[in-house]
Amino acid sequence: MSFINYAAREINCKLVYYGPGLCGKTTNLQHIYKKVDPGMKGKLISLATESERTLFFDFLPLELGAIRGFKTRFHLYTVPGQIFYEASRRLILKGADGVVFVADSQLERMEANIQSLADMQQHLVDQGIDPDKISLVIQYNKRDLKNAVPIDELQKALNSRNLPWFEAVAPQGIGVFETLKAIAKLVMQELQKKT
Amino acid sequence: MRPITNLVIYEEDLSRINTCLSSLQRKARSAAVLLIDTSGQLIASAGETDALDTTPLASLAAGSVAAAGALAQLLGEKEFSFVFYDGERKRLHLSLIGGRAILLVLLDQNSAVALVRLQVKKFSREIEEVFTELSKRPDPVAEEGNPLAKPNIGEITDDDVENLFGKG
Ligand SMILES: Nc1nc2c(ncn2[C@@H]2O[C@H](COP(=O)(O)OP(=O)(O)O)[C@@H](O)[C@H]2O)c(=O)[nH]1
Ligand SMILES: [Mg+2]
Repeated sequence: MSFINYAAREINCKLVYYGPGLCGKTTNLQHIYKKVDPGMKGKLISLATESERTLFFDFLPLELGAIRGFKTRFHLYTVPGQIFYEASRRLILKGADGVVFVADSQLERMEANIQSLADMQQHLVDQGIDPDKISLVIQYNKRDLKNAVPIDELQKALNSRNLPWFEAVAPQGIGVFETLKAIAKLVMQELQKKT
Repeated sequence: MRPITNLVIYEEDLSRINTCLSSLQRKARSAAVLLIDTSGQLIASAGETDALDTTPLASLAAGSVAAAGALAQLLGEKEFSFVFYDGERKRLHLSLIGGRAILLVLLDQNSAVALVRLQVKKFSREIEEVFTELSKRPDPVAEEGNPLAKPNIGEITDDDVENLFGKG
């Protein structure tokens, strides 16, 4: 749920990085945190286990520039990927304005990608959000690995809606900001339709 | 399917909410009060908030209340009426307002929990009324002369998005 504050001339949006465990969601946020100007970001908060696996969520607030005099804030969240954190994932999707689906390009993670995408669609429906209408982009991450599946196969399996998609190598920052800017644009366009 | 409606707040709404929050903060003798939407965004605050990092506070409070709600359902409860964190010097009281917003009250050594609870109940009703009115209001169209007309943000270009991120 975007929150437009006309009194303070602010727009607040919630973006969620969704995808199977270990696909690189947290790494995306870490890279964004590293690269964004200090004045534009808050703390990166990770609710993680000792082994650094996301337990509940990661959270990164960004205070970006203005559009037509409206200060724009994006709150970035990641979900925990492991199967047994399903309840947590559902909670984090609540009120999402946009979703980045991060797919793991490795052949052995294909099934996990497909499962995770189906889960996401079901959770959105449960939240009263139409999964075919929410702003969504896909990131094919881990393109640097030898066992990465060719893009056209990933497209066939995961992108039937022909959504904007990006190749990424998150630890090197490749594709990370391209993905963020694309979802930011979609969400702002959607907001403009509603206002 | 019911679409998720956006929360749109105008000057007059915010001043009503701010008045409620300030009275609550004083009457409950609390250090600070935050009103947060259930998706984790701060709507308004009152009291000593300068030393607080309100953005992550709002996000974590929303996560905490959401988790409490899910726990309640697992136990066959409709909901838990509040979440309370008890520290050595600081205490946090979190409660839901009509399922759509969260009231966070930060207590210090001078605050009494019973008083906080009483005032939270009273002011929750008032704040809920403001939200109910907000949701009943017809969607203001961009008519000229309409004081509630939403300013048109206009077409979003690639340049707009680039500018958001500065040089980076
Ligand atoms: N080789 C390679 N490793 C990656 C890439 N993205 C993430 N990783 C690694 O995959 C592991 C899991 O990443 P993480 O961001 O924690 O996954 P999450 O579970 O989706 O949050 C970490 O060790 C990352 O360094 C990538 O593009 N290429
Ligand atoms: Mg993670």
